Amino acid sequence: MSRGPAALAWRRLRGNRVALAAAVLFALIVAFCLAAPLWSSGVAGTGPNEPHTVEKIVVDGQEREVVSPDGTPIGPVWLGASGKFFLGADGRLGRDEMVRLMYGGRTSLIVGLSAALLATLLAVAAALLAGYYRGKVDAAIARGLDLAWSFPVLLLGIALGSALAVGGLKLGPVEIESGSLLLPILIIGLAYTPYVARPLRGEVLALREQEFVEAAVSQGTGPARLMLRELLPNLWSTIVVFFTLVAAQSLLLEAALSFVGIGVQAPDPSWGAMISSGFALIYTSPLLTVLPGLMILLTVLSLNVLGDALRDALDPRSQAQLEIHTGSYEPELEVAAP
Amino acid sequence: MTRFVLKRLAGMALVLFAVSVIVFLIFNVIPNSDPAQRMAGKNATPQLVEAITEEWGFDEPLPVQYAKTMKLIFTGGLVSYSDGTDVDERILEGIPATLSLAIGAAVIWVVLGIAFGYLAAVRAGRFTDRALTVLATIGISMPVFWLGAVLLYFLTYEVELFPNGGYVPLTEDPLDWAYHLVLPWVTVAALYVGLYSRALRANMLDAMHADHVEAARAKGLPEGQVMRRHVLRNSLIPTVTLFGLDFGAAVGGSALLTETIFSLHGVGQYAIESTLGLDLPPIMGVTLYAAFFVVLFNALVDIAYAYLDPRVRLGSSAP
Repeated sequence: MSRGPAALAWRRLRGNRVALAAAVLFALIVAFCLAAPLWSSGVAGTGPNEPHTVEKIVVDGQEREVVSPDGTPIGPVWLGASGKFFLGADGRLGRDEMVRLMYGGRTSLIVGLSAALLATLLAVAAALLAGYYRGKVDAAIARGLDLAWSFPVLLLGIALGSALAVGGLKLGPVEIESGSLLLPILIIGLAYTPYVARPLRGEVLALREQEFVEAAVSQGTGPARLMLRELLPNLWSTIVVFFTLVAAQSLLLEAALSFVGIGVQAPDPSWGAMISSGFALIYTSPLLTVLPGLMILLTVLSLNVLGDALRDALDPRSQAQLEIHTGSYEPELEVAAP
Repeated sequence: MTRFVLKRLAGMALVLFAVSVIVFLIFNVIPNSDPAQRMAGKNATPQLVEAITEEWGFDEPLPVQYAKTMKLIFTGGLVSYSDGTDVDERILEGIPATLSLAIGAAVIWVVLGIAFGYLAAVRAGRFTDRALTVLATIGISMPVFWLGAVLLYFLTYEVELFPNGGYVPLTEDPLDWAYHLVLPWVTVAALYVGLYSRALRANMLDAMHADHVEAARAKGLPEGQVMRRHVLRNSLIPTVTLFGLDFGAAVGGSALLTETIFSLHGVGQYAIESTLGLDLPPIMGVTLYAAFFVVLFNALVDIAYAYLDPRVRLGSSAP
């Protein structure tokens, strides 16, 4: 066999310098977040939720208060206190901003990526079922997806988040207590499922018409095998692209939900929650708002660029676009001819 | 045409019903705690919880609960139990600010989105295109509320160019109204300018080598006219279709947090304040009304579209 499609895609991706830069940026951000425990115990000597309200630190030989009596936290001292309060303190509680930024990033990334994974899994399942069975099953799934369109994503997230904030969720056998990270993951994942499922469904419906599916059916291939072994492998490139783009959107929604207090719960940091607490001090310590937002921007930007590049590399003719905020999508997903 | 309108309206009624059921499920059924307790909010006394249970029918079968809940919402009986205010009244009060924000932002994003998308497509591959593409990608990668916060800090505090938030009614002082809304407009529009210019650029690049475009070139039409008359016009169609959906989404979506950042006291800020206090009846009201608005607006856009394009109402290219 000559070069497979994966090898070809990899070659195209490697030749795309912007995509490589985005991949490196994303890897650096992940490394930054993974290093949180190292920095926390090795350099800063404090945890993300430890207050230092009335403490004093020595910066470049001068003694300074972590939080001044009027409640203003200390600004960035860089390496002035040998790495302690590198980016200053986070507010009245005087927690180490750098440590929180690193740990907050872990939470944001975990929530964003897990939610994207959940949305993708649910969407693939819905698309395969709708595309394979067609008819009534498809009609039911398609109507359900259309319905989800009526709710702006953020509002749906806020409605679910605030309804579940007290007491958590109980849906049949599934029970999630409030305050659990699973809750924002579930909410965000559900909110984005339709946006992945709709284009995927179209693609499965188109695949279903092709000869290789007819051949498999006439050989007596059962539904499960047909869906997983014949249809699914043809969806990979779309799935990979959508996963990346939805991960970017999930991070943004996590930030928005945490900003209004129904995402990641205090005292645990997340970038969105940090913008929220920082915004209260925007006129005295603007960095507390700017920094976590900048981290989100860089992460989402790298994922968006990577997603676009993956789409170009995997299937140069594909028009797959994820237009979450617009509540719209590109219906004409071209499927590569066999 | 009448048949299409009737069919579309009937479909809309069905969707509205389904939307109300979903909202009911979200707020009353799936949460794992006493719904009356949650509705009552922070000042819950046992008497209040009992009264709410009675009024909303929480001790009755689900269909009765649904009927009672919808009756409360649509007869204006929805009140916040935390501060005793009437939810419908508060929403009505907020509508002028919310619409001012959404409409102004929409004008900006359509104009700039088309301008940037056109420019990028015409200059494809060159510096202008690259710069615009980078800007557009950054625009769609920012948390909207964060952009608002950063603009607020730098342009109202560091450099005192704009007023520090607040809403002035249009009827009071149109100039001051616009002056107060410039930053919020830019905040909401940034995302959509990015989305629209990216989409338009891609559509135009696809259309650039279509047969009718080559024909226009072949007959000697200047390149600028080819672009504007044949490429841009055709590429605008999908963009215009998006607009109906986006406007609804902006009213119920990105405007929420932007209003809060700039304290515009619109419906969005009301929803967010209620969220911070976990005051459920207002959130329920806003969610339901916003979803209704989106459904209604989409139906209107579809009808307008069918009027303009006969293929839609004849069903030859069912959307």
